[in-house]
Amino acid sequence: MKALTFAIRSFGRELRSGEVVVLLSAVILAVAALTAVGFLTDRIGKAVERQANEVLAADLRLRSQEPIPDAWRKMAAEHELRTADMVSFPTVVFAGDDSVLTSLLAVTDGYPLRGTVRISDALFSEQREADGIPAPGEVWADSALLARVGADVGDTLSVGEAELRIAAVVTYRPDQSIGFASLAPTLLMNSADLQATALIGVGSRVRYALLLAGEEESVSAFNDAIEDQLPDSLRLRSAEESSERAYAAADRAKRFLSLTAVISLLLSAVAISMSARRFAHRRMDTVALMKSLGATQGFVVSVAIAQLIALGLIGVAAGSVVGFAAEEVLSWILADIIRGDLPDPGPMPIVLAAGSAMVLLVGFALPSLIQLRNTPPLRVLRHDAMPPAPSRILVGGLSMAAVASLLYRSVGDPTMLVIVLGGIIVIAAALYLVGRGLVAAMGRFRSGVGVAWRYGLANVARRGRASAVQVVAFGLGLTVLLLLTLVRTDLLDGWRQTLDQDAPNHFLINIQRSETESVTDIFESRGVRVPDYAPLVRARMTLINGESVKDRKYPAEDAQWFVNREQNLSWAEELSSSNELLEGEWWPPGYDGSPLVSIEEEIALETGLGIGDVLEFEIAGQQLEARIASVRRINWDSFMPNFFLVLSPGALDEYPATFIASMRVEDDEKGALVDLVREHPTISVIDLDAILQQVRGIIEKASMAVQAVFFFTLAAGIAVLFAAVQSTIDERRFESAMLRALGAQKRIVFSGVMAEFAALGAAAGILASAGASILAAVLATQLFDLPYTFDPLLWVAGVAAGLLVVCASGYFAARSAINSAPVDVLRGAPG
Amino acid sequence: MAVVGPSGAGKSTLLALLAGLDLPSEGYVVLNGVNLGELDEDGRARVRAESVGFVFQSFHLVPSLNALENVMLPLELAGRDDARDASRAIIERVGLGERWSHYPAQLSGGEKQRVAIARAFATEPAVLFADEPTGNLDTRTGETIMDLMFELNRKSSTTLVLVTHDNSLAGRCDRVLSLDAGKLVGDTPAAA
Repeated sequence: MKALTFAIRSFGRELRSGEVVVLLSAVILAVAALTAVGFLTDRIGKAVERQANEVLAADLRLRSQEPIPDAWRKMAAEHELRTADMVSFPTVVFAGDDSVLTSLLAVTDGYPLRGTVRISDALFSEQREADGIPAPGEVWADSALLARVGADVGDTLSVGEAELRIAAVVTYRPDQSIGFASLAPTLLMNSADLQATALIGVGSRVRYALLLAGEEESVSAFNDAIEDQLPDSLRLRSAEESSERAYAAADRAKRFLSLTAVISLLLSAVAISMSARRFAHRRMDTVALMKSLGATQGFVVSVAIAQLIALGLIGVAAGSVVGFAAEEVLSWILADIIRGDLPDPGPMPIVLAAGSAMVLLVGFALPSLIQLRNTPPLRVLRHDAMPPAPSRILVGGLSMAAVASLLYRSVGDPTMLVIVLGGIIVIAAALYLVGRGLVAAMGRFRSGVGVAWRYGLANVARRGRASAVQVVAFGLGLTVLLLLTLVRTDLLDGWRQTLDQDAPNHFLINIQRSETESVTDIFESRGVRVPDYAPLVRARMTLINGESVKDRKYPAEDAQWFVNREQNLSWAEELSSSNELLEGEWWPPGYDGSPLVSIEEEIALETGLGIGDVLEFEIAGQQLEARIASVRRINWDSFMPNFFLVLSPGALDEYPATFIASMRVEDDEKGALVDLVREHPTISVIDLDAILQQVRGIIEKASMAVQAVFFFTLAAGIAVLFAAVQSTIDERRFESAMLRALGAQKRIVFSGVMAEFAALGAAAGILASAGASILAAVLATQLFDLPYTFDPLLWVAGVAAGLLVVCASGYFAARSAINSAPVDVLRGAPG
Repeated sequence: MAVVGPSGAGKSTLLALLAGLDLPSEGYVVLNGVNLGELDEDGRARVRAESVGFVFQSFHLVPSLNALENVMLPLELAGRDDARDASRAIIERVGLGERWSHYPAQLSGGEKQRVAIARAFATEPAVLFADEPTGNLDTRTGETIMDLMFELNRKSSTTLVLVTHDNSLAGRCDRVLSLDAGKLVGDTPAAA
């Protein structure tokens, strides 16, 4: 008890005197990084959980590309299941002259069968649970849709040929995608209006779904009953499967973000260990005195532990507050990407962060403090009496155990832990060596510079180990920030430059055969280049070489997805300019023999299909056989309509087709598009520039959020610098006093210290620029297939940022040493 | 009792051995009937808590505790319940009744040493070791401090062991031991 009162009494005083500020800041940073990420992932996790049993808005969902036959509804009724119908497809809707690509959902009464839809009566006003579905003639739009066309509740939207009034803003749907949403905002309408839109024609990209819900036994009875008689065209989804997917996606996001936070955590650990050593060192005299007054080792240890706990508690409290605020910023940045509102966070992240903070303190601060118990009481008489250094095995073991246990939570399985831990050790060792190299290189400049620089560089070299750690800590934080800012825009720009200047920027979809002439007329009469139309026939692959696609084995797992999905078939006379023939031969001009098909390279690889294989398709109830004649490579960047499967001319003539076209429309020609959709409201015009803009926006926001997390890394780097400067502050104070006593002006001493930080900052900047350049080159050439162009700005920015951050924080850390009066220091100096 | 001798004579080493701060490589020390050589570090610490007080040349106050708390420290370590009251009483006696809440950094050298003396006498130790108690003070203050120390010593049953190279100070003690190069070279009852 008395140890506790003593610990708290003296700790309070130390806090007020600013002695433990660095140690405490490091703990606060670690906790803040953890709780910020923890709160965010907790909220996303809760959103997933809240939605888990309602992700389908039903218990079962039957999906098809064709209208679902009534037989299934009848069967559901026999099993006493409730049903609702949903039709969904992408289309472009208009509000005045503004248009937006929308994911349209037309539903029948009863939707959603599970969960509720929430709406509000105006943008950003209070939401409430919706009573039923939109009335005929009305639609509910999500806020992103309204924002993009500048409309609000009460305005009218043109949906195909129908004019529908916006009656409410949808804020939540149980079956909305969680987390990173799809590009197109949703529009919810009553399926009674579907006919009036005239959007559903032959070959439109429509998905039909039958939603089913009921008692658990009825659902599983129905499930069992239909399992064997489900035709190929129908897919069944259960709520469990769907929620598992949602959980898996949330889990991936969580792991990525917590690994990011762990980097800040590890740097904080370095700062904690450095400042704990200093903290212990400063405590040695007091401990020796207490022991001379009769304090036992147990007392000394109890005091150390009590202070550590007090430190941890304050760190957790303050860190949680910072983390909470940071999470608010994060979720604000991500508001557009994470659709819908997130539930409030629970207390769990604080508990976990508190646990981690304690683990950090035990692993990195406790060894130094425990060692205090071995302080010889003789130190009260002889100042040079020191405790033995803490055992390396104890220090190394405890810190490794701490790191491993912290990582385990974000990595989650032992093998991965070993790999990640090994990776961290290797990377840390490599970075440390690079840091030492840079520090040594800096030291070489010594002979050719003035006195201030010589003094500064000598200091960097003398404290080689600590300097290297600081260089690495800052280098790491800066690398990531450079990567997320400059490299990201470089890559995006690089990709845009590889695109043909004349590349199409608009897609027209859902053009009926009968409309092609009129469309051509519209463009011709306005002097716009008429697009080439590509036909599109929807089909399903049934047999490969006479064997059912379901029973066949494929080299890659992804192949299942391809062979089972609805195929978009096209035909062509000539090989498209965006295609390159790899194997086989293209059909000769005027070919009109038995159907041939050309297959895309990747698909051929995954399915193991090659020249000579025979594919059978089912198209609108009829069979079509085609032999593979060639394998093509497609340049998707061309933005031309391209197809995995292209058939020979004439092969698809008997089947219903729609047409798609891609074209380049300059800004002054856009009027033609407006006329086009006025005359043909069922044709959807997709503006690629706008979509690219949207993708860019999403990437920007996501990387801003990751950057925000990495600011903690940079802050932890600053904490390391402060800890390092603080551990040498007595030495610095003495040196600066000595120099001044020897006649150096304060300005010279100041320049010397700043030269030291400038050298450290430059080294960190070089490390960061090199790291970011290497990563950029790897990303560009290996991942994105782009030519890598060296960006000198990266190096300028990297070194400048390094200089600025290190010099500024170094100044604040060391200014007391520079400013102390020589006479005070020399009088009180030891020895 | 005073221990005198030139620098390096072994005065401080002797003090360290007598108080159990260090152990002799040969021989043994019996303090208040207890053989210190037979105890471990914690055992010796307990002996010090019960029967030893210290006054140091450089005061050695805990900077994070105020004057009163510094005095309370050995009492609390010895497990005394009346630590606060006893400390208030003794801090009055050394003349710092008004300044008990000040921290060491806010006290002058003489005041710091008064706190140290109060701390040393607070536990009414059997032996009080004083290591050059006036070494860091000017002559005037040094004299007042010594007067205070001798006065408190007279009123308690404590044995004062004073390490000093100041012969006039040693002269005020009942017995003077002279050391030189680690050897005892004189043991005289001082002329009163």
